[in-house]
Amino acid sequence: MNNNKTNKFLFKLINEYRSLLILLIMIIVASFLSSNFMSTNNLFNVLRQISIFGVVSAGMTFVILTGGIDLSVGSIVGLSGVISASVMTATGSFFMSLVSGLLVGVVCGFINGYVISSIRIPAFITTLGMMTLLRGIILVFTKGSPISAREENFQFIGKGDIFGIPLPVLVLILCFIVGYFILHHTTFGREVYALGGNREATRLSGIKVVRAEWIVYTISGLTSALAGVMLAARLGSAQATAGSGIEMDAIAAVIIGGTSLSGGSGFILPTVVGAIILGLIDNLLTLMNVNPHATQIVKGVVILAAVILDKKVNDWAKKIG
Amino acid sequence: MIPTEHVLEMKNIRKEFPGVIALKDVDLKLLHGEVHALCGENGAGKSTLMKILSGAQSATSGEMYVEGELVNFSNTKDAENKGIAMIYQEFNLIRELSVAENVYLGRLPKKGITIDWKKLYSDVDILMKRLNLNINPRTPVSALSVAEAQMIEIAKTLTMGAKVIIMDEPTAALSDDEAKTLFSIIEDLKSHSITVVYISHRMDEIFEISDRITVLRNGSYIATKNVEDTNYDDIVSLMIGRSVEDLYPERNYIRQEKIFEVNNLSGDSVNNISFSLYKGEILGIVGLLGSGNFELTKLMYGSKKLDSGEIYLEDKLVEINSPSDALKNGIGLITEDRKNDGLVLGRNVQENISLASLNNISHNKIISKSKETKIVNDQVQKLNIKVFDPSKQMVGNLSGGNQQKVLFAKVLETNPTVCIMNEPTRGVDVGAKAEIYSLIDKLTENNKSIILVSSEIEEVLGLSDRIIVMKDGKVVLERLANETNQEEILAYASGGVMDE
Repeated sequence: MNNNKTNKFLFKLINEYRSLLILLIMIIVASFLSSNFMSTNNLFNVLRQISIFGVVSAGMTFVILTGGIDLSVGSIVGLSGVISASVMTATGSFFMSLVSGLLVGVVCGFINGYVISSIRIPAFITTLGMMTLLRGIILVFTKGSPISAREENFQFIGKGDIFGIPLPVLVLILCFIVGYFILHHTTFGREVYALGGNREATRLSGIKVVRAEWIVYTISGLTSALAGVMLAARLGSAQATAGSGIEMDAIAAVIIGGTSLSGGSGFILPTVVGAIILGLIDNLLTLMNVNPHATQIVKGVVILAAVILDKKVNDWAKKIG
Repeated sequence: MIPTEHVLEMKNIRKEFPGVIALKDVDLKLLHGEVHALCGENGAGKSTLMKILSGAQSATSGEMYVEGELVNFSNTKDAENKGIAMIYQEFNLIRELSVAENVYLGRLPKKGITIDWKKLYSDVDILMKRLNLNINPRTPVSALSVAEAQMIEIAKTLTMGAKVIIMDEPTAALSDDEAKTLFSIIEDLKSHSITVVYISHRMDEIFEISDRITVLRNGSYIATKNVEDTNYDDIVSLMIGRSVEDLYPERNYIRQEKIFEVNNLSGDSVNNISFSLYKGEILGIVGLLGSGNFELTKLMYGSKKLDSGEIYLEDKLVEINSPSDALKNGIGLITEDRKNDGLVLGRNVQENISLASLNNISHNKIISKSKETKIVNDQVQKLNIKVFDPSKQMVGNLSGGNQQKVLFAKVLETNPTVCIMNEPTRGVDVGAKAEIYSLIDKLTENNKSIILVSSEIEEVLGLSDRIIVMKDGKVVLERLANETNQEEILAYASGGVMDE
């Protein structure tokens, strides 16, 4: 009987805090492997590096909770960077540049949401199409060459500090706090979870599922655009290839965070833990002078391990009841 | 040729799960060529016993004999080799392959190293004829109806030399006609000395086809009875362990003012339907599969589009284009299939109960947890839902009866004036049924009006004040419940003319 209780406690720990546990183990291992690892400077470096795709993964969590997926986030990052940088150079107004950049994301997300929820095209296909389409627009618009925007106020949101904390890191934290609040304290948050769990039951409960779904994709567009502006600002220029591949990191962060790809279950805060885990892998291997190409292998192994762990824990949950 | 009296004997079967004893020394004896029904409430241990019999689980202790020989199954293959096969509710057929390929899957006849298609098709053709099935062996399974697919499952077990076939709720997805075909096949199996173990919630079926009935309760063996020596009330009281007084509450409804009216409603398979509903009344709507009764409820609830017609609530014309319109106007719907369109099984009880009333527990879209906890606890108490912590326990882990009560709680929390209930007791055990009936009765005392749609005519007769019978999307009969009977309703529902 006592054994049963410890089992249940252990299960609860692993079930609810599994990504945190992985992170903890990684930090302990890392601090033994590299003496530079635990320096404040290095840790801020990790956070700064993950801040771009981390912000994207906040919006991605919403999408995946509804049982959807958004592959177009990387292209939205690219396009919003290009637009905000161009508007910055053209008008000299930081405000205009930020607004236009974000607007790009909102519009693209809105279109994704409309096609997915009203026309009922699967999210995978819709956003795959959008991803290719937007990258094409970027290439035509920039003719393949970077658009530079080196104004100080513009670069501030990519490089600046407030009380010694990098601004992108603050934005990242803010995104997750707002995301947490929306998911767990608002009616819309409930709609997201219910929609992912059972769309028809949610519709028959009087919830406007079509509206909820397009808001979710619009949120994903907005966070991607925010990331895009920050990225362009940090580099002082918008590259035509900026953001490509970011969708994979964002999705991986959500999955390592334990959110189910089939929707309806998961939490947003573990997503940021997932993002930090991915960032630490990069950082640690760099500190250890491992061939940068090999980081991909490690990341792949971690993603697979996370998913396998997920399944094992769920099987365990069924056994314990 | 029959070596023993019993084709199968299970003795002192015990099954323990961590913390629970699912079966306590249960005995089951099956005769050659009989239909043996297994009865019991949900959780009585029927499924566990059948899983042990079919080799899907192994018993903690106890013995099994097939034709006198002690057997030990470690998987379903072992059981099949000894002639025991189970037909599951979810079929194990491969949709893209032909009927013949499915029947002999993994055992296709060979000619050298290639498949002997000619033999395969002719063998299966003979089998289909034997079962009186008009199915071409070359048809892909995806083109079959649910009933036909089930017949193919049965055919498959026959080719494996099954002596005992276990059927778990085989009619759950069948129409009445299809069920009739199934019963005639069961008769045919009997005549070939094959034993059928039959599990069903539907008592009328059990009495129609079985020879003997074994009752389980709380994991214990209660009794085995010959069908001739028993009756419905007897079996039900054995199942629930106390005598069934009246399952249905006593109704003495006196008509009050009109509360709800539909006028010339058409859409989907519903054709020009008009009726009224009065305050505190239970109106039963009956029809066979395809009569349009469920479609009618969907039209009234706005989950399907109306082609034409008006809906009046308290003499005011209301526009209902979506479920949220219906709820706003005070029309609630208990859906007929709680797993697919009623509940979010992967979320907790609390979130499910409050889902349709989020506006009532929030201010500026921000949820008040204290308000939510309060309304949820009230509902849990009122409906006697067995759950230790509504904010932690997932709905999917509750029993059928408790899930159904959660669904009721969700809809009742919206405080509907008119509550439409589709199959309100589907898949719940007898105890929970009685509770739900008395709950429905109590709702009408609080001036709610109920539209009750159920495929169990007996239930509609027992509970309603007035009954409407539908056929082909039209109303064919309207009667006060105490002025009609099952025969009259069935005759009108099936289109048969009554002898006057």
